Amino acid sequence: MKSVVFVLGYLILAPFVGALLDGADRVITARMQGRKGPSILQPFYDLSKLFSKQMIAVNNVQLLLNLSYLGFIVISGGMLFGGTDILMCLFILSTADMFLVMAASSDSSPFANMGAAREMVQMMAYEPLTLLVAVGFYLASGTFHVGDIIQSDLSPVLYMPGMLLGFMFTAAIKFRKSPFDLSTSHHAHQEMVKGITTEMSGTTLGIMNVAEYYEKVLILGIFALFFINSSWWSWPVAIVLCLGIYFLEILWDNVSARLRWKTLLFSCWLVTLLTAGVNLLILILMK
Amino acid sequence: MILIPVLIGIPTFLAILIPLIRSEGARGKIVYAGAGCIMAATVALLVSWGTQGAKSIQLYTAAEAVDHLMSLGDIFLMCLIVYMSVRYRKVIPAILSVAQTGLLLWVEANTSLPEAEHMMIDWLTVLMCIIIAFVGGFICIYTVGYMKGYHAHHKEYQDRQPFFFSMLFLFLAAMFGLVFSQSLIWMYFFWEITSVISFLMIGYTRTEEAIENSFSALWMNLLGGLGFSVAIALLAFTNGSVQLSDAVATGAALPLACLALAGLTKSAQLPFSTWLYGAMVAPTPSSALLHSATMVKAGVYLLLRLSPALHDNLVGLMVSLIGGFTFIMASMMAIAQNDGKKVLAFSTISNLGLIVACAGTGVEETVWGAVFLMIFHSVCKSMLFQAVGATENCLGSRDIEDMHGMLLRLPKLTYIMGIGIAGMYLAPFGMLISKWVALKAFVDSGNVILVIFIAYGSATTMFYWTKWLSKLISQHHAREGVKDVTCRDEYVSMFVHAAIMLLLCLLLPFVATTVVDPIVAEMFGHSQAVLSMSVLTTMAVMLVSILIVPTIMFFVSKAARKQLVEIYMAGVNKGDNRHFVNSFGGDTHLYLSNWYLRFEFGRRHLLHPSIYLSAVVLVVIFCLLIGGAV
Amino acid sequence: MGKLSRSPWLLHYDASSCNGCDIEVLDCLTPRYDVERFGVINTGDPFQADILLITGGVNSQTADVVRQLYSQMPEPKVVLAVGICACTGGVFKECYNIRGGIDTVIPVDIYVPGCAARPEAIIDGVVQAVKLLDEKREKIRAPKGGNGQPGGTYGSEK
Repeated sequence: MKSVVFVLGYLILAPFVGALLDGADRVITARMQGRKGPSILQPFYDLSKLFSKQMIAVNNVQLLLNLSYLGFIVISGGMLFGGTDILMCLFILSTADMFLVMAASSDSSPFANMGAAREMVQMMAYEPLTLLVAVGFYLASGTFHVGDIIQSDLSPVLYMPGMLLGFMFTAAIKFRKSPFDLSTSHHAHQEMVKGITTEMSGTTLGIMNVAEYYEKVLILGIFALFFINSSWWSWPVAIVLCLGIYFLEILWDNVSARLRWKTLLFSCWLVTLLTAGVNLLILILMK
Repeated sequence: MILIPVLIGIPTFLAILIPLIRSEGARGKIVYAGAGCIMAATVALLVSWGTQGAKSIQLYTAAEAVDHLMSLGDIFLMCLIVYMSVRYRKVIPAILSVAQTGLLLWVEANTSLPEAEHMMIDWLTVLMCIIIAFVGGFICIYTVGYMKGYHAHHKEYQDRQPFFFSMLFLFLAAMFGLVFSQSLIWMYFFWEITSVISFLMIGYTRTEEAIENSFSALWMNLLGGLGFSVAIALLAFTNGSVQLSDAVATGAALPLACLALAGLTKSAQLPFSTWLYGAMVAPTPSSALLHSATMVKAGVYLLLRLSPALHDNLVGLMVSLIGGFTFIMASMMAIAQNDGKKVLAFSTISNLGLIVACAGTGVEETVWGAVFLMIFHSVCKSMLFQAVGATENCLGSRDIEDMHGMLLRLPKLTYIMGIGIAGMYLAPFGMLISKWVALKAFVDSGNVILVIFIAYGSATTMFYWTKWLSKLISQHHAREGVKDVTCRDEYVSMFVHAAIMLLLCLLLPFVATTVVDPIVAEMFGHSQAVLSMSVLTTMAVMLVSILIVPTIMFFVSKAARKQLVEIYMAGVNKGDNRHFVNSFGGDTHLYLSNWYLRFEFGRRHLLHPSIYLSAVVLVVIFCLLIGGAV
Repeated sequence: MGKLSRSPWLLHYDASSCNGCDIEVLDCLTPRYDVERFGVINTGDPFQADILLITGGVNSQTADVVRQLYSQMPEPKVVLAVGICACTGGVFKECYNIRGGIDTVIPVDIYVPGCAARPEAIIDGVVQAVKLLDEKREKIRAPKGGNGQPGGTYGSEK
């Protein structure tokens, strides 16, 4: 029953929460740059505009693939918030990403193609860490089952601080934050026009944005999983800490410039090994 | 169990019969009939064994005449190898072959082994038989069509089709013999046959490259064969028994390590990986056969048999480390390949690495995962090899770059290839589930290195498959179309494979409980449900979603009214999405390439270091074992 | 305000400008003017843009490009010619390679004069463009009201 409420809550609220977070991001970013910035509701205005525009497309399959991307993200998030297996949820998440890559490369256009290639490199960069995070939860609480992980006596973060650190590092890719926003960016100037979203317009882009909001909440949900334990007060604490982490990502976005893909890939892999790998070793030795 | 000699006999008979038939049409019919017979016999075997209670049965205690025949066969194979080595001026294969055959004959002459069963039939054997008969049988059918197209394309090679078919069937016979054998001496005989036939098949075209690669395959497999015969010698002298089950039960480290070495060479694990991608010079059916259903699976099969004895010891450590290392390195090297068959070769090596790592860990869960991987890998890879082969006959190239926008040019082949690729890595298809199980089991057994290998390795695996898939589905309208010259024989095989693949995914829980669980139970004496009910429900959700989501979205997106415009090329698109205006005002053809990261993941940079590293691991552990034994 | 007017995304194209106006356009994004207050995003992609902002007169090389970019923008869309060159061809009008203002190639909705155009003028132009977007939106939505054809011409506003 509880999980049904959570899943429904996620399905209905996640786009709103995600959009609000995005709006807050834009305001905070503007303030960090000494500007006033748009209204916090700006993402909602953007979305409603996108859905009201004329549909243009370069082929007939991109919309299909984009919708599938949205569908799989929603399923993945639903699985996380429904309290099922976290590893399966991450696998579905990567399947969803793959649909995004396919949507971009279905254009057969130079910029989208390059964006898709970089998106794949980004996936390759963060994938090891997400898997290790799932393993970390398993070692910390003895189960992959999200419903049981949140029932553990101590917050998993006590066992896996290294993983949290690593996940904060690589989650910047998922949030499309600089310096890892190689494949596409929310900022105006991008080195490859708009990367994977170059040929997405109107509704198609709107769907992509909604999917990103779902994904944002999903990632923050995984962050929350680090802090939640069986006591009730861990929930508000987790939410506050998640917001704190989100703020740190925004800060990082604004103080760092873009990197080359090679630095991205190898720095992520190295960080994964140093944080999650060492953490994993310690956890297994403790067991 | 008259069916066992029948199963070995049918393909052998066909192998002798086919070279005698000169008419292509008649040969095709015989291949169809033969493949049908093999499948029917396998089903009959399954049924009769099932009605007898589906228990492990040991057979053929007294078979001295066959023993002698096999010794003769060994000598014949040795002579063949020596002859070929002399003819092509190679030294190593001849020495290896003489050494191992000599050793074996000497052991047979100097030890008196007690009477024991020579063959057996149990769950794993039956599963292997099904894989060999069905995947192998359909590959034979595919070959009928493929070889026509192949020789139409490659006029420069001598047409030796009868020989090729003969070898295909002989290979199947050897594989059947191998999986039925309980006596290591018998197994060794079939093992040697597979080595020699693969050598002959790789050298089919007789080009310089083919001969070179066939000899490298030969010497590596003979090295494994040497390990095999050393193991037999050790077991015969120390244990006084050459039964496979005794070798596993006693668990003596050195013979186990020698057998594991044989398994590693045959399944192309890292110091010995080069033979497998070298084997890609052969016509595609032989690649499909060698790398999906048979040759490499023989190595995996042996390791799986040994795996209960590999738990938590040095030999197991060696096998699982090398397997895990191969998994990640081969998947990295696959990134830098643009030849479709080479990608498949590296992916085969990589997946086998995962299976080997599972077998080397040797606990119930990992063996469960390994068996599952083996099933899916056989079907999927065979299908992919066939699809690439058929594509090559149509496009005249198997370069992935040339497959750009293949969905619009060769839709049927693209769908088959797509199903194959999705099956190799996408949630919720089978491979991923096995990966899930393997990951959990590695964590449970506390092997940090393997966990890290699998985490990184699945990331790199994802990269090269996604890259290929997105190349296929690109909506690029090429100027000239391509004629689909794929024969009906080929489509028959590929469609059946695709259907089996989808069925396997749909019936996954059923396969798990009826096939995989009994195998594990048989090996370990007991088994637990590796996939819990909640995981199975999750799986069901995923499976439904992957089928339903795109379907719904298809109709949703179809309903949308769209205006199609040109793709964005900074405003200089010529209007056909194929050309743009260059800085001189002329037209330039747009060419979109995949990303191969050659400087980072190229074979040139990674292959040698990884070979040395894994060879060092192998040598060090062998030294430790020999030191411990002395 | 309507849906469009709260989130006008720009595509900035330099047809043959001397870069004077371009710098003023970028100036609008700086903290001093901060057009993102109005939800303006300077996107580089016609597929996502609502307003095509062009600086400089059209020459024979850029004419096709301007036309193509315009065709790749979804309706409703507004074209904003910034600077006197974009409006009429300016001092380059008589040059052998210059065809004249942007309106020689595609229909222009709003003209922002100046050499270079002042940021205040550009922002004013954008605000007017935003109003026009809403009008166009209504026109497209209205069932057969007038000609709801995309790409129709509108008179100059300035």
